[in-house]
Amino acid sequence: MNSWISRAGDWLEERLGWRAAQELVQHKEVPIHRHSIWYYFGGMTLFLFGIQVGTGILLLLYYRPSAETAFESVQFIMTEVQFGWLIRSVHSYSANLMVATAFVHMFSTLFLRSFRRPREITWVSGALLLFLSLTFGFTGYLLPWNTLAFFATKVGTDIAGVLPVVGPFLLRFLRGGDEVTGATLTRLFGFHVAVLPAITTVFLGLHLYLVQKHGMSTPMSVDPDAVPKMKFVPQFVLRDLAGWLAAVALLAALAALFPWELGEKADPFAPAPAGIRPEWYFMFMFQTLKYIPARILGIDGEFLGILAFSLLGALLVLTPFVASGQKREGRVDRVVLVGIIVVIYIIVLTTLGYLG
Amino acid sequence: MWPIVLFMLVGAPQPRPAVSPAASSCVRCHLQLDGALLEPARLFEHDVHFKQGLSCNGCHGGDPTVGVDSGGPGDAMNRARGYIGKPPRKKIAALCSSCHSSLDFMRRYNPQARVDQYAEYLTSIHGKKYAAGDPNVATCTDCHGIHGILEVASPNSPVHATNVASTCARCHADPKRMQAYGIPTNQFELYGRSVHGEALMKNNDLGAPTCNDCHGNHGAAPPGVDSVANVCGQCHTVQWDLFNKSPHKKAFAEGNLPACATCHENHDIRRTSDTMLGAEEPATCLTCHDKGSKGYAVAAEMKSGIVTLQNRLDAAHQLLERAERAGMEVSGPLYNLSEGRDRLIQARVVVHGFNAADLLKVLEVGDRIAASCKESGNKALDELAYRRKGLAVSVAILLGMIGLLLIKIRQLGK
Repeated sequence: MNSWISRAGDWLEERLGWRAAQELVQHKEVPIHRHSIWYYFGGMTLFLFGIQVGTGILLLLYYRPSAETAFESVQFIMTEVQFGWLIRSVHSYSANLMVATAFVHMFSTLFLRSFRRPREITWVSGALLLFLSLTFGFTGYLLPWNTLAFFATKVGTDIAGVLPVVGPFLLRFLRGGDEVTGATLTRLFGFHVAVLPAITTVFLGLHLYLVQKHGMSTPMSVDPDAVPKMKFVPQFVLRDLAGWLAAVALLAALAALFPWELGEKADPFAPAPAGIRPEWYFMFMFQTLKYIPARILGIDGEFLGILAFSLLGALLVLTPFVASGQKREGRVDRVVLVGIIVVIYIIVLTTLGYLG
Repeated sequence: MWPIVLFMLVGAPQPRPAVSPAASSCVRCHLQLDGALLEPARLFEHDVHFKQGLSCNGCHGGDPTVGVDSGGPGDAMNRARGYIGKPPRKKIAALCSSCHSSLDFMRRYNPQARVDQYAEYLTSIHGKKYAAGDPNVATCTDCHGIHGILEVASPNSPVHATNVASTCARCHADPKRMQAYGIPTNQFELYGRSVHGEALMKNNDLGAPTCNDCHGNHGAAPPGVDSVANVCGQCHTVQWDLFNKSPHKKAFAEGNLPACATCHENHDIRRTSDTMLGAEEPATCLTCHDKGSKGYAVAAEMKSGIVTLQNRLDAAHQLLERAERAGMEVSGPLYNLSEGRDRLIQARVVVHGFNAADLLKVLEVGDRIAASCKESGNKALDELAYRRKGLAVSVAILLGMIGLLLIKIRQLGK
């Protein structure tokens, strides 16, 4: 048996050169320190993305992307397809969980300064992956074609239209017309299942390659040579797996006990329901726009808000190039300070959005 | 005889005046006066006749071209120029009729205008007593107004559908005035409480009837016992058809009972409910049908069928709501349940045929729907239980696997 396996391995080695990867995995180590817990969040995000791909493919078997049939096809999945209810609810919950873990992963790598040299491109690709996951969320949200989804898309694309110069084009590009219609649905469906996965594959591949190349980053307070380490295989992987199984249990429980709502089929002629709001990961931006006055120094307030968020987004991507890789002794750590302010801001505004 | 004489005295329809109403000396002069002499001119400016270019002299005679810029009031209000002053009450109807009964005249203003109001009026109780000289009965101006007459379609008109009942009630709810005629004065109060009164006067539903829809407009008279149901049947056609084929038609006619109004009242028509039907107090059926009679048995059977269907639909609805609250997708069965409720509504109409077999046919369809929805509800709850059991098993397995992993991790050490 063993010789058979090793002969198969030799055959593959000659053709693929796979043993180099095997050695990398076998030698990969993970530092152990008081911040090691944060190492799990990248893998968790990847795992949840895998769940999204798997459940997404299964949903694709039954989903029909037109305004006339989308809602009914989701209803069919929820009621008639065996375990359709499970797959659909898991897909929706896992999406939210993935965005949450992506945010945690981003903030933990920010606070631990993992973006410092030589991991700048790892950070940049990671920031873009975060934006891609938000875009996945936005495009996927419309697909059930229910009232909430329809109006959330209308409001979201309206906001995109506020940008000067590119705004009107962007709005028509996203909507496939002037209004949210079946054309919008088809278009966002295409983005959600083809365009975004293709772009994500590229950046995810880059991100994962760079993580393997540079190894696990350690906090600046830790000496990377002296810090105790555990082997990636099997110690870290087993712990990762335990976490992933816990995530699966959580998703199963959420799907069975709190099935994701179907709602009512979108009626383009009905007025927007009262209290319309976006998904939680857009809430802080939505709430901020509500607080901004209509005009500031003669400039449209909404435009300024979107501009501000765009600049902050750009700043996020460029963090390794604007933030100091060093922690200055005796002075307030600016990266941590800004990071904490942002985290608190997001939490407070999100809470206000739900209370209001 | 009198109407013809009066018509001849008052004369043929007045020609269009030489001046517009606003420019007439009547309006111009009276607008400068006050009190009771100002009122008519002030009101007249909103009058439908004013808007059509007809001036005061159309009813009062006189010369509207003089009296302000030239001459004086005496020239305008000149009997030699046809001025009749305030028309005597007993001549009002004929005066109005002098224009409103002439199709040649009326078609200038409205080619579709009816011109038989006066003829109808003369056949009515009001008209007959008016012709006999009774000054207390209604004539044209009592309902339509005198100087500020609005179109019937105007919501402010006293004869607009929403206002008719209050207008009739001005006299018919006045005990002193009605004492001489010996008729009740509670009709308006009863009508106000009724489902028709609520619909029309509170909810502005112009589909609901008011006094004139059952009693007639100008030919107002109490509908006869044998004719009142014809009025109800104009809107409630299905019930009327069924009633005509039912055993009640002959029985009511023999007993000189007024069909619909026997059970539903005439003015105080309340919202119906299932308590009206059946063999238990306060069912209306018990008014005539004693225990042991065939009617009693039929009433009991019909009531029992309807109550059973209602209960089955409610039970199915509760089951489906429970499933929906638990997160199950049951919008399909809930929609189908509404079809069951439609059968219940249909059953309450079919009751008017007073045939238990016909009713049961309708109820059967409803029962089948209720049963099917109940089955869907049970299936949804079964599925829910299955999911929860499946979850418990899966979570147990996952926790077991996590436990094994932790043991393995501990075993491996760092």
